Formats: sequence, C-alpha cells, structure tokens
Amino acid sequence: MRHGVARFVTGFLALPVALYLFYVVWPFAQAAGYSLTDWGGYSDRQQFVGLDNYVRLLSDELIRKAFWHNVFFLVTVPLFTIALALLLAFLLNVGGREDRAGIRGVFGSGLYKVIFFFPQVLSLVVIAVMWQQIYRADGQGLINGLLIKIGLVDADNPIAFTNDPEPFLGVPAVLWWLLLIAVWSGAGFYMVLFSAAMQSIPKDVYEAAILDGAGRFHTFFRITLPLLRDTVSVAWVYLGFIALDMFALVYVMTPSQGGPNHASEIFASVINFNAFQKGQFGYACAIAVSLAIFTILLAALQLRITRRERIEY
Amino acid sequence: MSTVTHTSGRARPTPPPPAGTTPGPVAESAANGVGARIFNGFSHLFLVVWAIMVVYPLLWVVMSALKTDAEVIRKPLSLFPASLQWDNFARAWTAGIDSFFLNTLLVLVGSVFLTMLLGSMAAYALARYEFPGNRLIYWMFLSGLTLPIYLAAVPLFKGVYNTGVVLPLLGPNKHVMLILVYVAWSLSFTVFFMHSFFRTLPNAIAEAGLVDGASHTRLFFSVMLPMAKPGLISIGIFNVLGQWNQWYLPTLLMQSVAGEPKNQVIAQGLIELSVNQGYKSDWSGLFAGVTMAMLPVLIVYIVFQRQVQSGLTAGVGK
Repeated sequence: MRHGVARFVTGFLALPVALYLFYVVWPFAQAAGYSLTDWGGYSDRQQFVGLDNYVRLLSDELIRKAFWHNVFFLVTVPLFTIALALLLAFLLNVGGREDRAGIRGVFGSGLYKVIFFFPQVLSLVVIAVMWQQIYRADGQGLINGLLIKIGLVDADNPIAFTNDPEPFLGVPAVLWWLLLIAVWSGAGFYMVLFSAAMQSIPKDVYEAAILDGAGRFHTFFRITLPLLRDTVSVAWVYLGFIALDMFALVYVMTPSQGGPNHASEIFASVINFNAFQKGQFGYACAIAVSLAIFTILLAALQLRITRRERIEY
Repeated sequence: MSTVTHTSGRARPTPPPPAGTTPGPVAESAANGVGARIFNGFSHLFLVVWAIMVVYPLLWVVMSALKTDAEVIRKPLSLFPASLQWDNFARAWTAGIDSFFLNTLLVLVGSVFLTMLLGSMAAYALARYEFPGNRLIYWMFLSGLTLPIYLAAVPLFKGVYNTGVVLPLLGPNKHVMLILVYVAWSLSFTVFFMHSFFRTLPNAIAEAGLVDGASHTRLFFSVMLPMAKPGLISIGIFNVLGQWNQWYLPTLLMQSVAGEPKNQVIAQGLIELSVNQGYKSDWSGLFAGVTMAMLPVLIVYIVFQRQVQSGLTAGVGK
C-alpha cells in the first residue's frame, strides 16, 4: 500500500511549497536578516549592527504609542463588533412574535441578513474611499451635513473626524472614528455567523426550555449564549487579526498615514513611516519582526484560552 | 420575564418548523402578550435603523455618481440629482476603470483556480499522509497567517524585480507574476481550511479506492476532491473576495517599469483615482468609479447570497 506514496506526496507538495517559499518565506527571512543591519532601503550600503535596532525600539516613543493604539483596537474591535452582532442576531432570531410553535424570528429576517452583510463583500478600499466622503471635515460630508441641518453641529465648527487628535476617554478621537468603520463593516458578517450557529442548536432544546416556562431573554442568556461559546471565541480570534491590521483604514483615511500628529499610529503605520519616509529600513524590519512575534504569542494565547471541548448535539 | 406562560405546559401536537423559514399563517393572537408586541416593535425599530445605516451610505455613493460636480459640492446630502449624469460613468470608465476591470479579471481567473488546485493538493497530502517533515510544512503554511505583510514588502519587490531580469513574465507589472504572488499569499489560509476539511473525510472510502487499484493521484481527483466540494465552495468564495479586494500587493508590485503603462487592478486603481481627483476635483467621476467597483460584487452577492453567506461563515466556523 505504501508503494509510490513518497513520489505522490512530493508531487503534490512541490509546487505549492516552492511558490510559498519563494514569495512568502524568503522575503520574511530576508527582512529578519535586515533587522540586524542599519540598511536604509535604497543604497547597497549596509552594516551589521546586531541587536541594536531591537534595543532602540524599546525606548521609541512612537512605538509605545502605536503599541497602545494596537491594544485599543485589539480590545474594542472584537468587543463592540461581537456585542452588536449578538444583539442583531438575537433580535433577528427571537424578536418575532410567539405562537404555538414557540418564539420566532422577526418578519423579514432574511432581508435584514442580506442587507447587513453588504459591507462584507465590499473591498476595504471602496469602504475607505466611501467613508472618506462621509467623514469630510468641511461640512459637506454626509454626517456633518446631516448634523448641521438638524442643528446639532455648528456649521462654522464641523466635526473634524479623522483629523481630530483630541483624546476622548483617554484615546485620540481619530481612533474612535476608525473603530466605528471597523464595527460598521464587520457586524453584519458576525451576525450571520452567530445566526447560523443559533439555528444549528436543535429545536428540542428550546422546546424543553419553553415547556419549563423560560422566556426569550432567559432562553437567550441561559441556553443560546452558552452554546454559542465556541463560535464567539472563534470570532474573537478572527477579529483580533483584523484589529491588528487596521492599516488600510489608517493609510487611506488619516492625514500623513498615522496622523494627525501621530495620533493614529499603529504598528503597521510606524513600519511604513520608518521604512519609506525616514529611510530606516533595517529599523523598520526590527519593528515588524517584533510585531510578528507579538502576533504569534497572542494567537497561541488565544488558542489556548479558547480551547474547550466541543458540544455535540 | 417569562412571556410565554400562556403556552407553557401545553403539549404541542406539531413539531415547530426550522428557524429561518418565514412564519406561516398560524393562529398567534392568543399567544402574544403586550410585552412581546413591544419587544417585537423594538426589534424592528433597531433593525431598521441599522439597515438604514448600512444602505444609506451605499445609496448616497451611487446617487452622488449621478450628480454634476457642482451638485456634489453644493448639495452633498441630497439623494436626488436634478438630472441624471450618466456621462460620469462613461468618463470614469474611459479614465481607466475599463482596464482595471480587465486586469482584475485576467488575474483572478488564474489566481483563484491555481490557489484552489495547489491549496487543496498541499492540504490533502498534509492531512492524509504521514511523512517526515509533515508537521514542519504544515506549521510553515500556518505561520503565514500571523506575519505582517508589510514586513515582506521590500524584499518581495526586490525578489520580483530580480526574477524579472531573467524571466520577463515574472517581473513587476506582469499578470503572471501577480497571479503567482496571489497564490502564494492565499495558500496559508486555503491549506489551513482544506486541511481540517480533508481530515474529516472517512478513511473507509479512501482505502476502498486504493484496494480497487486506484493510484493516489486518481483517488484524490476522482474521489476525495468531489467529496470536499462544500469546503471548496467556501474557500473559493473566500479567495475570490479576498483577491478581488487585495490592494497592498498590487500597489507594491504592479508598478510601471521602463515607461510601460501600469497594469492596475481595481482596488489599486481606485486608490489612485481617489488621490488624483484631489487635483482634478472630479468628485462625481470618483463616485462613479466607486459605484462601478461596488455594484458588480453587490449584484453577484444578492443573486448568490445564500451561498456567499454560508460559504464565508463556514470559512470561519470550521
């Protein structure tokens, strides 16, 4: 039975592994190498400096800032997206009328689901360009225009949105405005995910609960939510990756890609800034390697925390 | 809290229909308390508000694409232009959107097909055969999920540039090169996803196939791959959307060398349009461009919404 297995496995793996090594692993390995040099990125001159870059980044004010901004997104993006998605899924699935067959989803829940999912199929670039227009700070954007019209905002002093470095609850306002876009674009997707998970819970579980006199809130918090634990924790891990990668939004939407005045710097934008604007490529690579290590540790931690026995229905 | 006390304790003669189906004409008056009605109303209110928050900006972009530039600036809020300016679309189309679409299509046809083929082949070999180095290769693919792409940017560009000197087809600004890069960068998740899928397939069928004298390759293509169809659909949709939306890699790699025009894909081209229109202040043209990038995807999604929803959520749920 083992005849030809080695040849078969080699044949199947050769091309994908070769492509992956050449276009993914090799650039990463090179970058890790550059992180030990003072290479500027454009010249051919480079000197080995050992771990100097890594020592330097520990006391870099900009990186400390970016680190806390990343932590902010890491906490808020999953938290708000999942909370909103759960609320929407809850309303969709148990917000309807009750009848002899138990609690129903609201009328038109299929249509709502289709609409809420829209942002998920749009390109991040389309979303960013669109929100740029919505957030325009000169009173002509969608939100400023609306608020001026109903008198909530002074026409001479419109909301600055992503140009606003002033802290709100200790975090620069620009980050909150970016968070809103992330939640807006993600909630529908996770709502559909949670809805599907809710519907895969067998009906007799609910019937038993209703027979015991549990209402829809009780049923939701005591039965649905605990049974959704697996799905929610997977969603948390995924949203964690998304939160670490808010770069497209920062890149398109903030002044000088991380501004104003570095108020929206995240790891990725600091890497970009150091590599392409300050011409310190070796240092940028050191930051990126640190970010990679941070991400891997975080992923391992999350997997360990969320690992749990599966419930078989 | 208990709002279903009317019905509780009563045996139900008919089993309830599965959720997700629209409510049938069931007598429901007796079962609905006042609280339930209020809650139902509140649910609808909240859902409608969120639906408006999703649809209104999209609609606003589409309608702004039909305004004159003057209207975009003077009456930014209105959803109803005085007259429909269809030539905004014609202008944006000839200003580059036509070639963006063609380039995107050329690249995606190749890259999605190859990603699926190579990804499932690798995942299958890793999931169902034991050999030294199996775990190493698997973890190598998996680690790609956590590494920041920006780290690889400059070495990747240098690698592509140097390859282009020897093999022009694989140099910067070439479709074939972008296809291979997309495939390489999509392998991590594809392998990860299909790996877990192939592991769940029953052993008995594979063994029966081998006993019947099928080769390993034949077993894969005519037995195992068809059995993995649901997984292939999920990961296929995931890759189509992911690669359609990719903007960083093309911005990095589809750069003009030696004066030839850039072969831009749609996401990359839109960023450039949105930067350039700052000089030309062709706002309506920008909105038209965004609309054209957005509508095909939305239409495909609305037509295939069930498959897309289940495909994408299965990609996370596995």
